[in-house]
This record gives sequence, structure tokens and C-alpha cells, in this order.
Amino acid sequence: MYVIDIISTLFMAIGAFFMITGALGLLRLPDFYTRLHATGKCDTLGEVLIIAGCMIYEGWSLLTIKLFLVAAFYLFAGPTATHAIMKAAYVTGVKPWKKGDDRV
Amino acid sequence: MREKTFSIIVTFGIMFIFWLFFSAWIVIIPQHYDLIELSKGIVSALIVTLVSHELLVPGKGESIRLKALRFVPYVVWEFWQIVMATLDVTYRVLHPKMPIDPQIIEFETTLRSGLSLTTLANSITLTPGTITVIVEPDKGKFVVHAIAKEPADSLLVDQTMQRKVAHVFMEG
Amino acid sequence: MIESFLIIGIIIAGTILLCSYRAVYGPGIFNRIAAANVIGTKAIVLLVVTGYIFERPHFIDIALMYSILNFIGTIIIAKYLERGELCTS
Repeated sequence: MYVIDIISTLFMAIGAFFMITGALGLLRLPDFYTRLHATGKCDTLGEVLIIAGCMIYEGWSLLTIKLFLVAAFYLFAGPTATHAIMKAAYVTGVKPWKKGDDRV
Repeated sequence: MREKTFSIIVTFGIMFIFWLFFSAWIVIIPQHYDLIELSKGIVSALIVTLVSHELLVPGKGESIRLKALRFVPYVVWEFWQIVMATLDVTYRVLHPKMPIDPQIIEFETTLRSGLSLTTLANSITLTPGTITVIVEPDKGKFVVHAIAKEPADSLLVDQTMQRKVAHVFMEG
Repeated sequence: MIESFLIIGIIIAGTILLCSYRAVYGPGIFNRIAAANVIGTKAIVLLVVTGYIFERPHFIDIALMYSILNFIGTIIIAKYLERGELCTS
């Protein structure tokens, strides 16, 4: 077992744990706006960590630059898509959840 | 007219170099390195340039170099905030009692230009506990959805993020 | 090393299954759009990891294309639901 293998497996395991948390947040939270909080932030960091683990495993080659482009694009595009959906829901009239209401 | 030619040439150069990077190791090296393969790259780069040549090269702007230089420590601070945001959401989701208390906040800033408003909106989305809902570019008004009381206070009362973005872009 | 990629791939496929509950049962249309965006994100990661399991580097190009398509699809349907029409001329 090389050291590089262990480091890259560690990065990917932490990234997979954040992705599980994001999916659990989709199921557990009581309202549409709070669900977007969970997925918009956890998915971004989880994906960047998994792709960083793959980059460390690869070393210095052309594939590293392509992987870096996938991660950098998603770092800017993920929060923008979250904001676009949230704006459409707010303007159309979906009501936010206050403490003490029922689950939606 | 001189600005337009300059931006077309720079965009075409960048697109062609990208094409060479991505296809050099599938297309050119196994087969012949001759002009027919390169002409495919030139035609693709030309089509992309003619459609979108105004986007890459910035137009008239004051002291772009100083803004770009101040942008780098801001990006480093941003990465730290992303990690804190994810840990905060993980704590709130996995706790047995789920301590959330959502509210909607409005505030105004002094930023007016397109790039600074976009940077602030992106940063608010990546900060623990807040997501931008509506941005109005005429008055600089933000409507923000916060998930608990402490992130809402750090945006309304402390105003750390507005001061940092105003420092990078020199107030709009 | 291939075993660790295989385990990560199976975990990500399990989370896609968890998210599809919200895509089927979510009340209203906005929950379903959010779930579709999340499933697309996890599919990009699954494509990269599958490329490493089968030792074919071409899957990364497909992942790059699909991330752009997912982003544009989500923004177009959000714009349509906000305004009621797509082109304003």
C-alpha cells in the first residue's frame, strides 16, 4: 500500500460521507427551502473532495487538468442553480416554514 | 473597431489552445499530424469565437490589475467558509432534535456593478446558513433566506462579507 | 486500489436511490426539480469513479459534458416557471 493510495482514499471517503449527509437532509428536513440549504452546500463540497481524491491518485498528466476543470465548473455552477430554483419558488408563492408548523 | 478585433483574436487563440490540449492525445498522436486534423480545430474555434467573443475580454474598467490582485486572498477566505458551511449543515441535519428556525431577511448594500453583486450573491450562498433569493441591481437590495438566528445576525449586524467585497472591488 | 473505488461507487449509487424517493413523492413540482438536480450531480461523480474502475479515461469527457447539460437544464426550467414563457422579444 502506497501513501498516495491511502491519502486519496481518505479524501474520497470524506467526500462520500458529505454526499450521504446531503441525501439524508433531502429526506429529513421539513420544507422546500431548508432542503435546498442541505443539498446546495453539502453536494458542492462532497463533489470537490471526491474529484480531488481522484486527482491525487492520478499524478501529473492531462487527465488531472480535465478533472480540475470539472471541479472548478461545479464550484461556480452549483450555487447558481440553487439560487435560480429558489428565486422561481419565492416569486411563484411557495410559503416558507416557520417553527411549529406541520411538515410539508 | 480596434477593441472588437483584439477581443476576437484573444478569444480565438484561447479556444484553439484549449482544443489542442483536449484532442491532442486522442486524435493527433495516433494518426497523421497533418493539416486536415488541425483544420477541424480551427473551424470549431472559429464558430465559438464568432458567437461569443465579447464575454472573455473585459471592456473598459479602472485598475483591473489591482482588483485581480485583491481577489486571490478573498478566494482563499471563501474556501474556508465553504468547509465551515458544510460542517454546520451536517451538524444541523444529523442532530436528533434538528435545531432550525428559518427566517427571511432583507438588506441593502452600496455595490452597483454586475461582477461585485454576483460575487456577493455567490458568497452568501456558500456561507453557513444563508442562501440568496432575490437580487435587485438598481438599488443593491438583497432578500436572503436564513436557516437559524446566528447566521442571520452575522449578515445583518456584523456585515463582514459586505465590507470584504467592497474592499476587493473598491465599492462597486 | 480498485476495491476502494468499487466501494465508493456502490455508496454513491445508494445515495442516488435515497434521493429518488423525493423525486417520486415530493409534494409539488419544486421538490422534484431539486431532486433531479441532485441526482444529476451525483451521476457526474459516479461517471468519474466508473472511469477509474474500468480503467478507461474517456469517461471524464462525458462527465464534463453532462455537468454543463445538467446546469443548463435546471436554469431553463427555473426560468420558465418564473416567467411563464421562455423567450422575451
